[in-house]
Amino acid sequence: MNIVVCVKQVPDTTDVRIDPETNSLIREGVESILNPFDENGVEAALQLREQHGGKVTVITMGPPQAEAILRHALAMGADEVYLVCDRAIRGSDTLATSYTLAKAIEYLGEFDLVICGKQAIDGDTAQVGPGVAERLGIPQVSLAIALEVEGRKLRARRLLDDASETVEVRLPALVTVVKQINEPRHPPMKGVLKAKKAQIPVLDAETLELDPKLTGFAGSPTFVWKIFTPPRRARGQIIEGEPEEAAKELAQKILGLNVISIS
Amino acid sequence: MLIRVDPEKCNGCSQCVRVCPYGGIDVHDGKAVIDEMCNLCGACVQSCRFGAIIMELPSRDDIDTSAYSGVWVIAECSDGAPKKCTLELLGEGRKLADALGVSLEAVVLGADVGGLGPVLAHHGADKVYLCDHPVLGHYRTGPYADVLTGLINDKKPEIVLVSATSQGRDLGPRVAARIGAGLTADCTGLTIDLDERLLQQTRPAFGGNLMATILCRQARPQMATVRPNVMKKAEPDTRRPVNIESVPIHLDERGVTTKILEFVPHNTGETVNLVDAQIIVSGGRGLGKAENFSVVRELADTIGAAVGASRATVDAGWIPAHHQVGQTGKTVQPKLYIACGISGAVQHLAGMGSSEVIVAINKDKNAPIFDFATYGIVGDLFEVVPALTRELKKALS
Ligand SMILES: Cc1cc2nc3c(=O)[nH]c(=O)nc-3n(C[C@H](O)[C@H](O)[C@H](O)COP(=O)(O)OP(=O)(O)OC[C@H]3O[C@@H](n4cnc5c(N)ncnc54)[C@H](O)[C@@H]3O)c2cc1C
Ligand SMILES: Nc1ncnc2c1ncn2[C@@H]1O[C@H](COP(=O)(O)O)[C@@H](O)[C@H]1O
Repeated sequence: MNIVVCVKQVPDTTDVRIDPETNSLIREGVESILNPFDENGVEAALQLREQHGGKVTVITMGPPQAEAILRHALAMGADEVYLVCDRAIRGSDTLATSYTLAKAIEYLGEFDLVICGKQAIDGDTAQVGPGVAERLGIPQVSLAIALEVEGRKLRARRLLDDASETVEVRLPALVTVVKQINEPRHPPMKGVLKAKKAQIPVLDAETLELDPKLTGFAGSPTFVWKIFTPPRRARGQIIEGEPEEAAKELAQKILGLNVISIS
Repeated sequence: MLIRVDPEKCNGCSQCVRVCPYGGIDVHDGKAVIDEMCNLCGACVQSCRFGAIIMELPSRDDIDTSAYSGVWVIAECSDGAPKKCTLELLGEGRKLADALGVSLEAVVLGADVGGLGPVLAHHGADKVYLCDHPVLGHYRTGPYADVLTGLINDKKPEIVLVSATSQGRDLGPRVAARIGAGLTADCTGLTIDLDERLLQQTRPAFGGNLMATILCRQARPQMATVRPNVMKKAEPDTRRPVNIESVPIHLDERGVTTKILEFVPHNTGETVNLVDAQIIVSGGRGLGKAENFSVVRELADTIGAAVGASRATVDAGWIPAHHQVGQTGKTVQPKLYIACGISGAVQHLAGMGSSEVIVAINKDKNAPIFDFATYGIVGDLFEVVPALTRELKKALS
């Protein structure tokens, strides 16, 4: 089974803080990490390989520094990794990114399954997975929480807003995975050492025969027009006193809101 | 935009004929032929295993944006009624359509959904496109995307709004990729720039730390998924005219590759639904262990509130995931939100920041939640919350 996993390097948004004085993003000390959902994607691919044999290929599209997450994937146990990197693809929105990743996947040859994360935590769009599936002309199964392959059939349980469902599609297909699908493994020491020394192959726009009209800024219908800090809620009132008294005062405030409708 | 058949590759297998929602393709003399019924939805391109059908996507500057007009809302329904998120889209869509001076149109896909037409019209739709077919009974990406793409290519709306639900976020990007449209995810604010007739789409980024406004200048339609529970619902007016257009659909179950094997609605087991709740009592890591959620539950029961949770408690396995409030959980908008032992990380704020009144109980006076709480008590929740419950019980009995 040939599996391609798409992974993205993202800033760790748990570390991101806003400077209340200047109202700007404090980037200092914010680490770049492998998008958490994509780590689950790599793990899912490795588990399928363990059951069915085959090859796990991990690709990312990004700047040269994005190499770091490919090394992490290698250390986890991926067979091959590729960095899609070119000045021409900078500024890609989700549409152009989907096109570019699909071209890379096609370039790499025959595949049975493509795995993406549910969403990348920097943009939170969850649009690249379905976009890649469309460009490849294969069915998509988003929000997978369990996967099972039998012959040419893929069965997946999907975690929806207020339900879960099990679907079956034929391979090749694309799935996006949620966090609860598995617990990603810690890379073994041996893997880390091997990954450190590995050469990371780069795929550029020419190799992938990208249409300059469909990638980068030119291929991106959407663009960010302005960025601002969200309006902040005002700091309210701290109710002082011993727990009993404070609770009493709070109860009065709550009753005063007239929102409780208990019969 | 162009679609054509490569006669070298076509072997006349007829798969494309079965999947075409518009009956726009047929096989003559062993080769597929596309006729004027073709809607450029691209379903055939996808279905062809021989790569014999080719569609050329337009380059950005070829698009005549003035050919596109009208605001569309893609409806979601359950049990024969529109979902709340759809009524919110209609409320918001009405404003945008009025600002632009164009009509607001709703699209319904499903099986036996004829009854929805008047309801959507009463909630503000000037026109309802009814796509009623047995194959559309349960949401599946393939047939929904085929029908919707065809309809968009045919009617050319300038704006298409989709709910940012698990369904909308599966369908939206598939359709946008097929027609080469721009799609902005999970918007929390929409306005019109009248000078350029552009949709200004505002959404949180970086885990809610920043807001970004996105524009789509050249491509059409301008598509957006809209976060549920942020926009105001449209109110019904039964005097509004009802204008329904039935869209002919020729889907065939045999052409659909995805099969639904099982569908299990989440049984929340709670009396009150989090998303619609007027009052929510939420617990965080400060509870220390699963059993201690009883402190939160007791307060919630006393005042008829739903129970929410921070992600930390869900990750710890103290409470099921459908209770989670926040960026990766639910967005809620109650009149009163009581946070017990929650630090108030931005990702949590992203889900409850638009609550009318926020109450925080936390033993750390520097916890970020106190920066935005309406009322706060710095103290041990195991003392404060039971005392609060007692007080309220007394007052309400
Ligand atoms: C991509 C991404 C998405 C995320 N999405 C979400 C999301 O949807 N929802 C969400 O909630 N989080 C989300 N998070 C996680 C978020 O960053 C926080 O880690 C989480 O909200 C913290 O939960 P908490 O407040 O319960 O725990 P903590 O941050 O550990 O806070 C516990 C609080 O309890 C207080 N406390 C302890 N004991 C007591 C006591 N006896 N009495 C009173 N107070 C006490 C402590 O002072 C502390 O402030 C996300 C993170 C990422 C990276
Ligand atoms: N630049 C990229 N390179 C590789 N994969 C990506 C890239 N951007 C997004 N993806 C994949 O698409 C998923 C959804 O991303 P997004 O649509 O940006 O939220 C991610 O979890 C990745 O699997």
